[in-house]
Amino acid sequence: MFYRESGDFKTKYDDDNQTFPIKLDRWGYYLITAVAFLVVPFFINDYWASAVLVPFLIWTIAAIGLNILTGYCGQVSLGTGGFMAVGAYACYKLMTSFPEMSIFLCVLLSGGITALVGVLFGLPSLRIKGFYLAVATLAAQFFLVWLFNKVPWFYNYSASGQINAPERAVFDVLVTGPYATASAKYLFCLVFVFVLAWVARNLTRGRIGRSWMAIRDMDIAAEIIGVNPLKTKLSAFAISSFFIGIAGALFFSVYLGAVEVGEAFGITQSFLVLFMIIIGGLGSIFGSFAGAAFLVLMPVLLKNVMVGGLGWPTDIAAHLEFVIVGGLIVFFLIVEPHGLAQLWRLAKEKLRLWPFPH
Amino acid sequence: MAAQNAQAVPALDAPIMEVKNITLRFGGVTAIQDISFDIREGEVRAIIGPNGAGKSSMLNVINGFYHPQEGELWFRGQRRLDARPHEVAKQGVARTFQNIALFKGMSTLDNIMSGRLNKMSSNILAQAIWWGPAREEERRHRESVEKVIDFLEIQHIRKTPVGRLPYGLQKRVELGRALAAEPKMLLLDEPMAGMNVEEKEDMSRFILDVNSEFGTTIVLIEHDMGVVMDISDRVVVLDYGKKIGDGDPDAVRNDQAVIDAYLGVSHD
Amino acid sequence: MSADFLYTVEIILNGLMAGVMYALVALGFVLIYKASGIFNYAQGVMALFAAMTLVGIQSGQVPFAHLINAIFGTEVHHFGWTVPAVFAIILTLGVMVLFAIVVERYVLKHLVNQEPIILFMATIGLAYFMEGFGDLMWGADIKTLDVGIPSGASVWLEQATMGWAGEDSGFYGFYIDKLDMVAALVAIVLVITLTLFSQYTKTGRALRAVADDHQAALSVGISLRTIWVIVWSIAGFVALVAGVMWGSKSGVQFSLSLIALKALPVLMLGGFTSIPGAIVGGLIIGVGEKLFEFWIGPMIGGATENWFAYMLALLFLVFRPQGLFGEKIIERV
Repeated sequence: MFYRESGDFKTKYDDDNQTFPIKLDRWGYYLITAVAFLVVPFFINDYWASAVLVPFLIWTIAAIGLNILTGYCGQVSLGTGGFMAVGAYACYKLMTSFPEMSIFLCVLLSGGITALVGVLFGLPSLRIKGFYLAVATLAAQFFLVWLFNKVPWFYNYSASGQINAPERAVFDVLVTGPYATASAKYLFCLVFVFVLAWVARNLTRGRIGRSWMAIRDMDIAAEIIGVNPLKTKLSAFAISSFFIGIAGALFFSVYLGAVEVGEAFGITQSFLVLFMIIIGGLGSIFGSFAGAAFLVLMPVLLKNVMVGGLGWPTDIAAHLEFVIVGGLIVFFLIVEPHGLAQLWRLAKEKLRLWPFPH
Repeated sequence: MAAQNAQAVPALDAPIMEVKNITLRFGGVTAIQDISFDIREGEVRAIIGPNGAGKSSMLNVINGFYHPQEGELWFRGQRRLDARPHEVAKQGVARTFQNIALFKGMSTLDNIMSGRLNKMSSNILAQAIWWGPAREEERRHRESVEKVIDFLEIQHIRKTPVGRLPYGLQKRVELGRALAAEPKMLLLDEPMAGMNVEEKEDMSRFILDVNSEFGTTIVLIEHDMGVVMDISDRVVVLDYGKKIGDGDPDAVRNDQAVIDAYLGVSHD
Repeated sequence: MSADFLYTVEIILNGLMAGVMYALVALGFVLIYKASGIFNYAQGVMALFAAMTLVGIQSGQVPFAHLINAIFGTEVHHFGWTVPAVFAIILTLGVMVLFAIVVERYVLKHLVNQEPIILFMATIGLAYFMEGFGDLMWGADIKTLDVGIPSGASVWLEQATMGWAGEDSGFYGFYIDKLDMVAALVAIVLVITLTLFSQYTKTGRALRAVADDHQAALSVGISLRTIWVIVWSIAGFVALVAGVMWGSKSGVQFSLSLIALKALPVLMLGGFTSIPGAIVGGLIIGVGEKLFEFWIGPMIGGATENWFAYMLALLFLVFRPQGLFGEKIIERV
């Protein structure tokens, strides 16, 4: 009886179009944002930052990016890891070649470079559809990883092939490098998440979002009613890669600090992000958050329970993790193929009627 | 289902589209063989014929989805060379489909709004921050779309995902999406299929209203002879990819070739 | 004949052998895709699991030994017996059939009408599950697999071709592993058997009917569920063969499951629904990879086999989206 829309009449199209039409939702959103920005930084510690919050924020950005391409535009991509690598290496080259450049700019430009690469690898999508496209994106994934391994210019000719993030600061507060504090890293990433999620929301509710969804749902009909498939698909690749590139840049510079391309950006990560958007919900910004949270939290929880709680050896815990994650994925796909976002939507609908049954 | 459509026939006989000697082949199968006819601006033109006669393929050719191996298409006095479907749409051709081709992942409102996509042009940056031009555009198009929604009396299902709508309403939404584009020529592929008498009356009323109020040329594939006879100005009859009849409904109804191929002998 | 030419021929022959191995894995995919429209990402892990199970049964390992020890503090590892290869293979086959039944009952049945991408994701989930499960059951260490297949370079072949390039050329005869030759033979036999099975037997016909149209197949009385169990069992058998071949060659370890990824370009070339296409695709990829690495590899740093197959397939798809043997997709509105 508190979650209601009655009495809340929309008199302008703008109001009808809001992200949170129900008052309680809107207040909830303001509250969470306030807590995230004003409360958490004071209580965060290194463990929570590095194990949970910072990766959650970064994977959310990647998940939103992939959701734009796959969830909204229907182009399945298994190249997310490779594109994150592009973002990371672009960031590295920018940081090392232009030491005066602000880290914000480095990250944004890395996103831009990744967008260009994304468009290049997106060109085949004009001829190849659905499943075959997914496999074609594997070409991008494997090629990019090989490229960053083999061409020494990318890692500044260092002997180990590893790239390390130099220290950078924002307003004199270090955000990269080993001396950056947990709250600095967290806030830096949070700002990106906040802005990018807002941008994603705007894009998906307007003209371009509709053309993406039209291509996803029925590309031939979409073309016949006037959607330009070339521009639409390439824009999806571009914007998606922009997001994913930023995630990769942050992953490298803020989170890991040092990266070996095969491990950090391999095909496992591509699948990881795909799992996030499927479990979270395809075609949903909220779903991207939910899926990222789920797949970041779960291994941490499992490890704490199994190794910390039950005292089992770590390799068994690792194997069990696979069993549980795999099982959960299958379970989710059977029970709710539209993911956590749909479950949340259904829960809210029930809540709108509560305490009445229907 | 009596309908007065005399006022829909324009005084000028300018054809909006001319189909000249079109032949369409798929590998070894000839779907359309040397077909020619014209469509006058503002009329209601029916295309009839048994299944597999090439009617939907003809519409696909008009849409630019299939490119004929031989023949020419003239649109508004100009020869149309191989155009992509979205370019044809920009020229003012809209379409509904035999098996409903709505965007199942979207609501009614979004589907109809998508009909206006080729009129929208705000750039990505403006959309990303949702300011001025992007908001304006959304509002403007929403207004036109609401007019279409009023016209088709589907306000109550605005926010419903189309996948959940009953068949008849889905067909109406699809018509809405085509109308939202404010087309010069509207191609309807079996708009009455699967409908009961009441729904057919509603649909016919909508089609005739569109024709008379907006002057939109209608090209209509339909199997229900009653509907065809009542609302169309002229009829083309296809059979096995060839044209076997062309003229006003009465002439076609009494043409022997058409009767043999399609209509059968009536037993009143 | 010049030594260079002969080296090239040797590379081509080795490429053909590698291609045959790829094709073995690709076959499993084709079967399942044909019958249920599902792209079974778990095929590679199935091969790994089959190989692990085989080794485990052969050497008398206790299943889940590590887990049992961790929970109960015991120290069991082996039963103390060994099982001869032939019986071990039959038992492993039984395990794969059991697996097919379980997958059908708990996964496939519930996902009947979903879109292909959801089904694909389910098989990825299945792959993760199986991998963890296999590791828990038999341990994740590298194992050697030996079912008595002859291995090592074929001395006979080496000697027979020894002098072909002349005494001082530095060419000492074709160096081709006997194992590869056996694998090639097995793969060819398998392809022929499967093709005949699919074309001429009643079950084969039913499989093709199901691949064409589930509803129609149901309406003529074909039990979809039985067909799926049969198909996944056959795929399991193919996985076992692939697992045995690959496992004998390079040991039973995690990387075996990555072979699944290599099968993808094979399928893209050969088409997802063609059994002979899997062989042809495999051969093209196998030869292409080796030749490319030999000629162009050294110029760009080597290790091109990681991505060449995908690039080749990608190029192919741009010009022929349905692959070499796939059915041409004519879109209708």
